[in-house]
Amino acid sequence: MNLIKLSWKYLTFRPMSTGLNVLLLALGLAIITVLLLMQDQLEKKMNQDAAGIDLVVGAKGSPLQLILSGVYHIDFPTGNIPLAEAQKLTRNRLVKQSIPLALGDNYQGFRIVGTNLDYLELYSTEFESGDSWKEAFDVVLGAGVAKKIGLKVGDEFLGSHGISEGSHDHDANYFKVTGVLKPKGNVVDRLILTSIESVWATHEEEEEEESSSHVPSEITLHGLPQSEEPKEITTLLIQYRNPMAAIQLPRQVNAGTSMQAASPSFEMSRLFEILGVGISLLRGLAFVLIGISGLGIFIALYNSLKERKYDLAILRAIGAARFQLLQLIFLEGIMLTFIGAVLGILLGHSFLAVLVSQQESGVMVSLNPWIFLKSELWIVIYALTVGILASVIPAIAAYQTSIAKQLTKA
Amino acid sequence: MLLSTKNLSFSHPRQQAIHFPDIQLTSGESLLILGKSGSGKTTLLNLLGGLAQPATGEILIDKVSLSDLKGQKLDLFRGQHIGIVFQKPHLITALTVFENLQLANFFSKKKNDQLMQLLKDLGLADKSKSSVLTLSEGEAQRVSIARALANQPKLILADEPTSSLDDDATQKVIDLLKEQAEKIGAGLIIVTHDQRVKNHISNFIEVKSS
Repeated sequence: MNLIKLSWKYLTFRPMSTGLNVLLLALGLAIITVLLLMQDQLEKKMNQDAAGIDLVVGAKGSPLQLILSGVYHIDFPTGNIPLAEAQKLTRNRLVKQSIPLALGDNYQGFRIVGTNLDYLELYSTEFESGDSWKEAFDVVLGAGVAKKIGLKVGDEFLGSHGISEGSHDHDANYFKVTGVLKPKGNVVDRLILTSIESVWATHEEEEEEESSSHVPSEITLHGLPQSEEPKEITTLLIQYRNPMAAIQLPRQVNAGTSMQAASPSFEMSRLFEILGVGISLLRGLAFVLIGISGLGIFIALYNSLKERKYDLAILRAIGAARFQLLQLIFLEGIMLTFIGAVLGILLGHSFLAVLVSQQESGVMVSLNPWIFLKSELWIVIYALTVGILASVIPAIAAYQTSIAKQLTKA
Repeated sequence: MLLSTKNLSFSHPRQQAIHFPDIQLTSGESLLILGKSGSGKTTLLNLLGGLAQPATGEILIDKVSLSDLKGQKLDLFRGQHIGIVFQKPHLITALTVFENLQLANFFSKKKNDQLMQLLKDLGLADKSKSSVLTLSEGEAQRVSIARALANQPKLILADEPTSSLDDDATQKVIDLLKEQAEKIGAGLIIVTHDQRVKNHISNFIEVKSS
């Protein structure tokens, strides 16, 4: 028998009250855990996905939408831009590198992105198996895509029109998997990559309907494709040559062309500002829950103390020091909140795991719910502080219990 | 001499002081403290157990003056050397019978491997793992006696241990207390207004509030 065992016995002696308080605390802490995890991983992912991309150029519309569709592949694109204009822009002396993207198709909800090999280099991808595309209709699968739909090198599939699931299939040309990428935990994981010409070809067939299969003989592996006909691409990812470009280039594009330019870092900080209201609301709710549970622990300890004044007097009578009674009450508060903290953190991770498993595609899929952060230690410390604060008054009351008075009151 | 008191008095706030007769007790000896209700018998017991401080006078237990001990030292001394049986059992309800006894050992920092034997002596062997909530009143009373004996104290103080018992049970409890006190060579002081107890213990003093 020792103090820890004794406090444990007291806690388990009233399982309802203990359980309720632990649950309340755990819920509050779970919300904070989820927020912490999402904030940490999303922010990291957002930065990782946008690394090396200074400016995104696309059709006019919402700049945030342009970033979400062009960099993160979440939202729909704002439209297409003429290839000729894009080519003119790449020759600008402020542009160091530019990567074209052509969207328009999907396979089981995963976007088929027409681009060139620079895109693979941008994210420094590595191949799990196979190699990059060499011919039209060759595709490379992101790790997440390969895992979810179970395709491997050599397999063929038909794409569907549109960038989300549910529209009609293109029935003319099969895409052939030539490579599967290693998982990187970034946006490429959930994309199907191919050449721009492949994307063009599938759509031209749609329009021309009857014409015999029309496979482009050559594909562009670097830079922008050349074409005599008026073609379109969806977005252009641009890297600046020098800091000066950050000031001049967006203005040149937005004022001088039919296209718009948007900066990922600027738009994302704007997005987080908007989301911030929701996040602080959720965080507020979490703190209210934690506050209530702190109050609950205080009331539980205080009430049980009334019933336990005799117990405390008896403990003193059989040799317990005042200080030990103080410890006893603090231990109860600390144990209660420690269990709550551990449960809350586990609950938060499981909640995120459920959230992730519910998603088919999208940013959430690439979150790892079982990464533990250092800041979660702060959650434990925070919870223990709540426990200690809630125990102060009951513990002092226990400290001051007069044995003789208590025992002779009968 | 196990216990000796001199000139003890105690005053409740705004009440006249109570003066207690001097007590002398040797190991293995039994003593009754008799008096009417409200005469201050329990107060005297609290003074002897170090649960309350006397206004004047001195208490020597085994040559240690209680007034020299303060705070934690007094608590530990009480836990190790004085076993108290209260008017009501006051067991720790969150614990089992055996754990209640272990608790006494823990707080007094004493080891006692005779706890099971003690429960056997008191006829509680089969109750050792029961929750104290399941005990009858008589059993609870015996557990509280066992707890007072768990640390093998030098002095056993019992406060009205028989007030709610019938003649048979009274005799049993008194016998039990005497027997166990003799077994560990402890002094036994029973505070009571119960005249029946006088038949079993002849040695007594009387407390009268003046």
